[in-house]
Amino acid sequence: METFEMDRYDIVVVGAGHAGCEAALASARMGRRTLLLSMNLEAVAMMPCNPSIGGSGKSHLVREIDALGGEMGLNIDKAFIQSRMLNTAKGPAVHSLRAQADKTLYHQEMKKTLEKQERLDLKQGEAVELLVEEGAVCGVVMRTGAVYRSRAVILATGTFLRGTVFMGQSAYSSGPNGMAPSVALADNLKAHGLKLRRFKTGTPARALGSSLDRNKMTEQPGDPEIVPFSFMNEELQREQVSCWLTYTNQRTHQVILENLERSALYGGLIKGIGPRYCPSIEDKVYRFADKERHQLFVEPEGLSTDEVYLQGMANSLPEDVQRKFYRTIPGLEQLRIVRSAYAIEYDCIDPLELQVDLQHRRIEGLFCAGQFNGSSGYEEAAAQGLMAGINAVRKLEGKEPFVLDRSQAYIGVLIDDLITKGITEPYRIMTSRAEYRLALRQDNADLRLTEKGYELGLATRERYERFLETRAAMEQEQKRLETTFVPPEAASAFLMSLGCEPAKAGASLAALLKRPEVTYEKLAAVDPERPPGLSRHVIEKVEIHVKYEGYIQKQLQQIERFKKLEDRKLPEDLAYEEIEGLRIEARQKLSQFRPLSLGQASRLSGVSPADVNVLLIYLEKQRRLRKG
Amino acid sequence: MEDTIAAVATAYGEGGIGIVKISGPETERILKQVFEPRNPQCFSPIANRRFMYGHVLSRRDGQVVDEALAVFMRKPETYTREDVAEIHCHGSSIALRRTLLLVLSAGARPAEPGEFTQRAFLNGRLDLSQAESVMDLIQAKADRGYDVALGQLEGKLSAKVRELRQGLLELLALLTVSLDFPEEEAAELTPAQTEEAISRCLAGLDELLATADTGRILREGLRVAIAGKPNVGKSSLLNALLRESRAIVTEVPGTTRDTIEEFLNIEGVPVLLTDTAGIRETADKIEQLGIARSKDAFRKADLVVFVVDGSCPLTEEDLEIAGQIKGKPCVILANKRDLGEEVRREALAAQLPGAAFIEAVVTEGTGIKELEENILSLVYGGQAKPGESPLVSNVRQKDLLQKAREEAAEALALMRRGEPLEFTEAALHRSWELLGKITGETVDEDILNEVFSRFCLGK
Repeated sequence: METFEMDRYDIVVVGAGHAGCEAALASARMGRRTLLLSMNLEAVAMMPCNPSIGGSGKSHLVREIDALGGEMGLNIDKAFIQSRMLNTAKGPAVHSLRAQADKTLYHQEMKKTLEKQERLDLKQGEAVELLVEEGAVCGVVMRTGAVYRSRAVILATGTFLRGTVFMGQSAYSSGPNGMAPSVALADNLKAHGLKLRRFKTGTPARALGSSLDRNKMTEQPGDPEIVPFSFMNEELQREQVSCWLTYTNQRTHQVILENLERSALYGGLIKGIGPRYCPSIEDKVYRFADKERHQLFVEPEGLSTDEVYLQGMANSLPEDVQRKFYRTIPGLEQLRIVRSAYAIEYDCIDPLELQVDLQHRRIEGLFCAGQFNGSSGYEEAAAQGLMAGINAVRKLEGKEPFVLDRSQAYIGVLIDDLITKGITEPYRIMTSRAEYRLALRQDNADLRLTEKGYELGLATRERYERFLETRAAMEQEQKRLETTFVPPEAASAFLMSLGCEPAKAGASLAALLKRPEVTYEKLAAVDPERPPGLSRHVIEKVEIHVKYEGYIQKQLQQIERFKKLEDRKLPEDLAYEEIEGLRIEARQKLSQFRPLSLGQASRLSGVSPADVNVLLIYLEKQRRLRKG
Repeated sequence: MEDTIAAVATAYGEGGIGIVKISGPETERILKQVFEPRNPQCFSPIANRRFMYGHVLSRRDGQVVDEALAVFMRKPETYTREDVAEIHCHGSSIALRRTLLLVLSAGARPAEPGEFTQRAFLNGRLDLSQAESVMDLIQAKADRGYDVALGQLEGKLSAKVRELRQGLLELLALLTVSLDFPEEEAAELTPAQTEEAISRCLAGLDELLATADTGRILREGLRVAIAGKPNVGKSSLLNALLRESRAIVTEVPGTTRDTIEEFLNIEGVPVLLTDTAGIRETADKIEQLGIARSKDAFRKADLVVFVVDGSCPLTEEDLEIAGQIKGKPCVILANKRDLGEEVRREALAAQLPGAAFIEAVVTEGTGIKELEENILSLVYGGQAKPGESPLVSNVRQKDLLQKAREEAAEALALMRRGEPLEFTEAALHRSWELLGKITGETVDEDILNEVFSRFCLGK
């Protein structure tokens, strides 16, 4: 094939999904000439599965991306059509914000942002070849023969890479949502020695909202008060659209079970491994046979379309069976499907091949993000994209990688899990994956990260100043609550009005706020001097901080202990094969993986606590020998 | 935010001297709290690397625990490179234990096995030979099945702890579902069900903790106090028991000069016998103080042997003493039965319900065997043979269990107060982790502890 040189860039990003968009924006914003490639520009920030952003653990990621200066939070704030805060009764660290997105609007808004971004070129085209010279990446070759040279490449291929779609017994080469797959690149990556494996995911059918009987469903409206995702947004007013809840029944299950062998998943066609946390309806019905019903949420796909998403009903059944089982569900009797459900298999790498900065271990300058790394979910992808973008820039600038550890951010938990523990199925973030959950709340993501984002040159000055104001206001208000005393009679009357025991003595506002029954809002009754105009972000932070201080302190102590092991660095050239006492498996894993710290070594799969200890002592011995 | 740790640094048993070692930023404050030097100038400012003579004492009640030597060593020229203090006590395990408890209640936490070494290592101060000995140990573990050597008691404890952890884990899994899948109508527990499940975990912890005393007794001795008015035969009883006992291990002055403590060995169970005779006789003039002291001795005892003159009717004084030991495990020894049978079992039933009643003629040795059997049955709860129930035998394990229990109790309290579910989950998770420290399964932040836990304490 004839090739020809086109423009040179600092960084080329392959794929403009949620990972690619964040990577490209971060790179351009940090001053690098960046090219963002997408096989189809209609696929920019496409949501080929659920039309929502956020949820448990995921909303934490979005807030963190936002705090660092990423785009996802701002974009969903522009494009949401329903907003809900879930889990509010279960504690501040598990609050999770979720927004239904207008998919088209989400795509359009992100595309606009990319188009406006300085130093960033967005181009439609298929990258088919990675250029590698002397172990370092130096650009990509396009299907057309165009060559884009660059000093770093970020792969964010999502489910496009050697995508295969399954519907019943039909299997065909395809990307998501009818897009073309990327096959040549997959072959080329293999030729470069990347070990590719197959993962699988699936999506339910889309149907016309007008074909539903909503009288048979339960309405789920948005929250009356809208909480924005982005720390840059204070108040958002918008007319919201409802979701609707209905359930499967025994007849539904019967239809599915009777046709199980016709499903691609159970018929043996699909080899890829799917996510346990997001099972298909065949899986749910087959594996949890004693469950009488399963939930189905009808979610609007946007304001400019009548299409709705049938959440919870992903499958790989043939179309006739799909129609039949969907129509057994109350409210769906007349269902008119416009896009059928399908399962999709795609190539991805083993993330153990990556370093902490998401750079490939063997190909210098090749960074990887998103589903290509084996994760699942828009938010997980975006988080990795952002970090890959940041770190590609830092590499070009000769700077240390920017790494967040498990005690600093969900982003840190996500990446550490992927690259250290290894995964056997598409990885989804959850609050329970974070050991230091109480410190990693979504309300304090800016406190944790915005300063870092600003230092990186990613978060804008405006964001940084806003953060400084928020922090100052928060500290001031906290102090005021701690030092303002309510006299005994007033405190008693207040508590009794909430159905509590009267107070024995006066108390500070902070002490009153610590009681489970008291909220900042209710506290106003005994707080006449309250400063006006405190923002929602400030109030939320103050309230959580005061109420849960004790628990948070406990967590901070745990973090201190964790840091000790993280701070014990392992030399890069350590000769693991010479260390006696290490088990063979551990020796191999350690030489291959080369953990940066003892903490990281301890989380490596295949390395036991005893191995870590052997390492510990060996290191100390060496140090003494050198010294002595 | 490093905390301060403490442990007994010498082997358990009856050495001439026992050392309690403290390390960490709070060392100086703690030492000043538990130790009073004879020469007050030693503390202003605190003498560095110099032995100070003085007393270990409880600031709460001013009671002297032991006469001791103490040395304070300023960082960084110390073993751990932190501030370190050593308190050299008399070698009886009771004095050591009391000293350690004082240090712990002053704010130190019990050191994990090998934690001093671990700190030395983490702070970059560990000599080569020690590092090598750890290496040897690890290899021993791999090559010769080191675990087997740890003995049956520990194995059984581990099994029990694993069972408790499993129970907690199942509950945690359910709670996680409702935290991480808020819209899933899966098997979400009701608050009542959650409370019930936590209560079950708590009961399991309590059960295991209840065995902690058996373990401690086997390790450190059963504390038996002998009570009774003068001239009922207490000294004879003491002598008789000592004669019976196969080995008189040691004799040390106890917490006060007024009580006598004797160590003896009954069928392999170490017994620390306290004769409270001295208390009343020396403190008669200040009656209130005398009563307080004997009460204290009774309170600390695992068992009180109440000696009465069985040949005469009970007197006021007998009843007064009975009042003081009320509520304690107790054996009534009706002595001098050869002279008459005045005191009957029923006479003291009201004051001391459930107490065993033994008729004896101590000077002739009758009743002694029965008394010993009673003592043993208390140790083993009257049912299990030694080693058949899981035993928590050291302060570290008991402390961890206690803390795990506290977290579980906290979880329950949080539920009942209506606090958000995630705090309950977090408390239960901490409980689960603490239990893992006992078995070495908690790996997330305690990896290092595992290997060093094979070390002797306080190296």
